[in-house]
Amino acid sequence: MRLSPDGMIFWQHGWIKLNGTIVFTWGLMFVLAVGSKLVTRGLSTELTRSRWQNLLEIVVTGIEKQIADVGLREPARYIGFLGTLFLFIALASLCTVIPGYEPPTGSLSTTAALALCVMAAVPLFGIEAEGLGGYLKSYVEPTVIMLPFNIISELSRTLALAVRLFGNMMSGTMILAILLTITPFIFPIAMNALGLLTGMVQAYIFSILAAVYIAAATRGRKAKSAPIQGNSA
Amino acid sequence: MDSMTVIAIASIVTAGLTIALGSIGPALGEGRAVATALSSLAQQPDAATTITRTLFVGLAMIESIAIYCFVVSMILLFANPFWNHVIAQTAGK
Repeated sequence: MRLSPDGMIFWQHGWIKLNGTIVFTWGLMFVLAVGSKLVTRGLSTELTRSRWQNLLEIVVTGIEKQIADVGLREPARYIGFLGTLFLFIALASLCTVIPGYEPPTGSLSTTAALALCVMAAVPLFGIEAEGLGGYLKSYVEPTVIMLPFNIISELSRTLALAVRLFGNMMSGTMILAILLTITPFIFPIAMNALGLLTGMVQAYIFSILAAVYIAAATRGRKAKSAPIQGNSA
Repeated sequence: MDSMTVIAIASIVTAGLTIALGSIGPALGEGRAVATALSSLAQQPDAATTITRTLFVGLAMIESIAIYCFVVSMILLFANPFWNHVIAQTAGK
């Protein structure tokens, strides 16, 4: 039984393998990049605009509002990273309706790569906002004794991000495969719909958690002097 | 019983126990989380979006524990290094 798209080998030459994960990832990247390029070719600020531009605007403003709700004050700076995370994982899950496709996020390599991107982005955004000294100081924040625990928590949240996404996607495809051998028609369709739902929820969770980690890294000392007011989550 | 049988029995029983015991805690936790979220929604319907969003994030964190147990169970069944080692040995003989 195949655990992940890593097992689908399309082409092999020596040790260089073109497996399902790589092919589907590049397919998704192609669809996202070329689709967006085509839609934004004739952007209009008038009242009448193409429906694809409308769709993209809804998506972008929705993501911006979510990022602002989490507590990041300038969403435009972070939407490139967080929006890409959300759109990639969401599209990877949505395309399961296409026969013969397996989500590349069902492979631990992809989810580990995404989690490592988040682990690299949090210090980068933190240093950009607080400066190198300010960001490093946040590791010894309550007392110096917390230093190893803060470092361990940094590593474990990255691991949790990777395994959470991988587990959800892999279990969806595996349950579907097992059910198809038992009851061919109706039940697997219901499970596929459930898989789509959990895929979208996991995409949202991944990007919201990334946003929360970045907010915690960039909010730093300002939170100590000015307590958060209002209804930010 | 030779070592192959022992490894097979241990892997299968452990895989079943892992997922069985590992689903109990998260299920109870998620039930409590949703119950509390519903009562806060009833008390403050205006904060519905915030409560719903926080609920989903919390549910995902709780679900991760069950996912960890599921991943361990799958590894024991389908990517078991001890079983692969033993199979390779008997195939080599």
